[in-house]
Amino acid sequence: MQTQSVKLHTVKKTAPSFVSTRNACKLCAPLGASLVFRGIEGCVPLIHGSQGCATYIRRYVISHFKEPIDIASSNFSEATAIFGGADNLRIALDNLTRQYRPAAIGIASTCLSETIGDDVRSYIEQYKAANKGVEIPALIYASTPSYRGTHMDGYHEAVRATVISLAAGGPRSRRLNIVPGFLSAADLRHIKEILDDFHFSYTMLPDYSETLDGESWSDYQKLSPGGTPVASIRSMGQSVATIQLGGSLASMDTAASYLQETFGVKAVTLGIPIGIGETDRFFGALEEMSGRAMPDKYKKERGRLVDAYIDGHKVVSGKRAVIYGEADFVASMASFLDEIGIVPALCATGASIKKFKEIVSSGLSEGHKDIIIRDDADFEDMLEICRSIGVDIIIGNSKGYYLAKNLSIPLVRAGFPIHDRIGGQRILHVGYAGTQQLFDRIVNALIEHKQSSSAIGYSYI
Amino acid sequence: MIEILEARKGQIFEKGTEGTFDMACDKVSVAGSVSQRACVFCGSRVVLYPIADALHLIHGPVGCAAYTWDIRGSLSSGPELHRLSFSTDLREEEVIYGGEKKLYAALTELIGAYHPKAAFVYATCIIGLIGDDIQAVCRKVSDEQGIDVIPVHSEGFRGTKKDGYKAACEALFRLIGTDEQSIAAPHSINILGDFNLAGETWIIKEYYKQMGVEVVSCMTGDGRVDEIRRAHKAAMNVVQCSGSMTYLAKMMEKDYGIPFERVSYFGIEDTADALYKVARHFNDPAILKNTEELVRKEVSRIYPEVEAYRKYLEGKKAAIYVGGSFKAFSLVKALRHLGIATAIVGSQTGNREDYEYLEEICDEGTIIVDDTNPLELSRFMSERNVDLLIGGVKERPIAYKMGIAFCDHNHERKEALAGFEGMINFCREVHGSIMSPVWQFSPAKCLRAQKEEMEDANSIRQAAHS
Repeated sequence: MQTQSVKLHTVKKTAPSFVSTRNACKLCAPLGASLVFRGIEGCVPLIHGSQGCATYIRRYVISHFKEPIDIASSNFSEATAIFGGADNLRIALDNLTRQYRPAAIGIASTCLSETIGDDVRSYIEQYKAANKGVEIPALIYASTPSYRGTHMDGYHEAVRATVISLAAGGPRSRRLNIVPGFLSAADLRHIKEILDDFHFSYTMLPDYSETLDGESWSDYQKLSPGGTPVASIRSMGQSVATIQLGGSLASMDTAASYLQETFGVKAVTLGIPIGIGETDRFFGALEEMSGRAMPDKYKKERGRLVDAYIDGHKVVSGKRAVIYGEADFVASMASFLDEIGIVPALCATGASIKKFKEIVSSGLSEGHKDIIIRDDADFEDMLEICRSIGVDIIIGNSKGYYLAKNLSIPLVRAGFPIHDRIGGQRILHVGYAGTQQLFDRIVNALIEHKQSSSAIGYSYI
Repeated sequence: MIEILEARKGQIFEKGTEGTFDMACDKVSVAGSVSQRACVFCGSRVVLYPIADALHLIHGPVGCAAYTWDIRGSLSSGPELHRLSFSTDLREEEVIYGGEKKLYAALTELIGAYHPKAAFVYATCIIGLIGDDIQAVCRKVSDEQGIDVIPVHSEGFRGTKKDGYKAACEALFRLIGTDEQSIAAPHSINILGDFNLAGETWIIKEYYKQMGVEVVSCMTGDGRVDEIRRAHKAAMNVVQCSGSMTYLAKMMEKDYGIPFERVSYFGIEDTADALYKVARHFNDPAILKNTEELVRKEVSRIYPEVEAYRKYLEGKKAAIYVGGSFKAFSLVKALRHLGIATAIVGSQTGNREDYEYLEEICDEGTIIVDDTNPLELSRFMSERNVDLLIGGVKERPIAYKMGIAFCDHNHERKEALAGFEGMINFCREVHGSIMSPVWQFSPAKCLRAQKEEMEDANSIRQAAHS
C-alpha cells in the first residue's frame, strides 16, 4: 500500500513521446454526433461513409448503454468514393424515411466523405428541392471527419448544427436552454430534476436520458422513445438564456454562442457540476436566473455531502490520482478531487487542446506545482507517467482498467465508456447527489484496496 | 408494421412458401438500412487480430483503432501484443500532405519498442485517397528492421467484410512458406479460422493431440508468426469459419498442394464430424481408433447433461443471426439436440452455396435472411414468437427489449462454445437465459403469454363446440 505525501513525488520525468497513438484515450467525431442525434426525439443518426463507421460506433455505444441504438450508414462503395456520395445519401434518406418515419435525420460526415470533398450541404438542398411539397424529416448535418478533433468535437458540432438547422427567433420566452455536454443518462435526469425543482421551463439538448436508458418494452420500438422534441429545439432561439456545461466551451463556437449571436439568447458557461465548488456555482446560477432559493432538498444533499467528506477525509487525504477523459470532465473531476484532499497527480485527455492546462488549473487551489496536465495523451503515455510519479487510484472510464491491471491499484469507473460493468449509463456524477456517490465509491475503493492487500483480513476498517 | 424495403426482398426467404430458392447474397448493404455488418477493415482486423506476437498498426484517423482495442476474446498462451491498439492517428494536416512520413516514423518507433516478429499495416478508408504508398513504406521499414512488414489493403469502402477476409488471407499468404527449415509430421494439419475465443483453439488442439495428429499452425487463434511461416509444411488444412479462410485454403491448395476440408466445431455432430474428417483423411488405423475412442468418451460424458437441459428446452423456438453461415449451420443442428426449432436464421456474409445448404437443413417455414437489420429482425422475431436469439453485441438489446432470451455467439465471448465441452457451455447459456425468472417482469413477454393463453382458451372453446 502506498502512503505518500505530495512532497515525496515531485519527480517530473517526461515520458518519451511517441508519434503513434497507443491505446487511444479518445474516439472519433461521428460517435459524439451520433449520441447527440439519438438525444433528439424521433431522430435517426445517419453516418455518411463506409458501413463500418456506423457499425463500430453502434457496437461501442451499445456496449456501454445496453440499449438498441440504430445508426444508419450511406454505405460507400468504391464507386461512391470515386463519383461522390450524392446518390447514396439520397437513397439512404429515402429508405430511412420509409422504414423509420423519423421526425429528423441527423447526418454526420466521416473522414472518407470529407476527404473526397462531398458537399453534403448541397446534397441536402437538392433533396429538399426534389421533395418539395412532400413532408420529409428535418435534416441536420454535422461535419465530423475523424481526423479533426475527437468525439467531443463531434458532439459539440452536432449540437451546434442542430440548433443552426432548426432554431428560430421570435418573441422572447421565459424558457431556458441547457446544453449539458456528454454526461450519463442518470446525470441528464438529475439535471432535469433540479431544473424542475427550480420551476424552470427549459429545453435540454440533447436529452438521451430515456432514449439510451429506457424501460423494457411491450412492443419493439423502431426508435427508442424520449429525446428533445424537434418543436422545442425550434423554439430555442426565443429562450432567455442558454446554459452550457463545460469550461472549455467559453471560447468555442458552440450552439450557445450561435444562439447568442443570432437571437440574442444569453450564453452562460459553467463547469460540469461535479464536486461542491462546481455544484455551488451551478446552483448559484440557477438561483440567480430563477430568483428562487435553492430548494431544501438540495441544501440537505449538500449538508450530507459535507458530512460524508468529513467522515471519509482521512482515507483520501494525500492520495494521488490519475484522471483522464474528455477535457471538461477531467477539469471538473480535478477540482472535486482537489477539494477533498486527493492530489490529481496526472490529468490527461486524448484531445489536442492548447488550453487544457489552463482549464484544469483554473479549478485547482494554489500550491499544486507537481501536477502533470497532459493533452493529446494516450493510455501508454499515462501508464509510463504513472509509473514514474506514483499514483494510488485511477478515476475514469473502463479503458483505464488497462492502467489498473498494470499498476495494481483500484479503478473507480466514471464517464464513458464503461464496457466491463453493467450500469455505466446510470452512474451519477453531477450535483451534490452525484458527487456523494463518487465520493463514497472513491473512499470505498481505497478502503477495499487496503483491506484486500492486507493478510490480516480486517472486518472493521 | 415494419415495412421491408424493396431492395431487401431478394435477401429474405421462407422455406417452403417460395418458388425456387434463389438468395440474392454477396451484395453490398442497402444505403440507409441499418446493416449489422461492418466493413473491409473489420474483416481483415478480426482475422489477423489473434496473431499475438505481431504488431498491428492501423494507418488512418484514430477511430478504427480506438473501436478495435482489445475487442476480441482471443486468448494467447504467451505474448499479448495483439491486445494493444496502435494507430497513426492521422490529423488534418497529414490528410492534406500525406501520411507516409508519419507511418514510417510510427512503424520504426513501434518495432524498436515492442520487437514484434512481424508487422501488419492496415490501410483504412482514406489512405488510398490521400495517395499514401504504404507498400513502399512497408518495404523500406522491412529492409531496415529485418522483419516482415505487411500491408493489408483494408480500406473500409472497397467491398464488404468478406473482401477484408480476403485481404487478411493475402497478408497471411505472404508469410506462409517463408520457413523452409522446419519439418512437420506426415499426419499434420493447420487449423484455419479458429480464433481461440475463450480458449477454443486449445480445446480443439487437445482433441487432435489425443488423436495423434500434429497441429503445425493455427490461423489465427493463439497465432504466432513463426508458426504461420511453416504452415505450408502441414499435410492438410482444416477450415472452420469458412467465410473468412476458404480463400486462404484454396491459395494453399493451389501453391502447395495442401488439400482442405471445411468443418465446424460447434455442436456434438459437427465436432465429431470434423474430427472424423481429419481421421479419415489420414486413413491411419491408430488415428481412426483414437478418434473413435475420443468421440465415444466425450459424447457419453456430455450426453446425459445435454439431455437434462433438453427436458427444459424442448419445444422452444429460436432465431439465429450471426456473422458467418457455417456457424449458423452448426447452431441449427446444436439447437435440435436441445429440442429447439430454428424459426429464423441468417448471416452477414453467407454465399449462395451456404444459403442453399441452410435451406436444406432447415424446417419448413423457416425464414432465411442475408444481411438483415434490427427492424426486420424484430419483425420476424415477433411474427414467429421466438424464445431465444443467438447473435452478437448489436443483436443482444433487440432481444432483451422484446423479452426474448439471448445467447452470445460473438467475437468477444468469454465462454468457450466449441468442441464437446463447448456444447455444455452452450446448453448452460441457453438454459440460463430462457429459464431465467426475470422474464416474468418483461412487458413484452407478459403480453405474449396473455395472447397465447387467449388463443389456447379459444381453441379449447372451439374444440368443445365442434
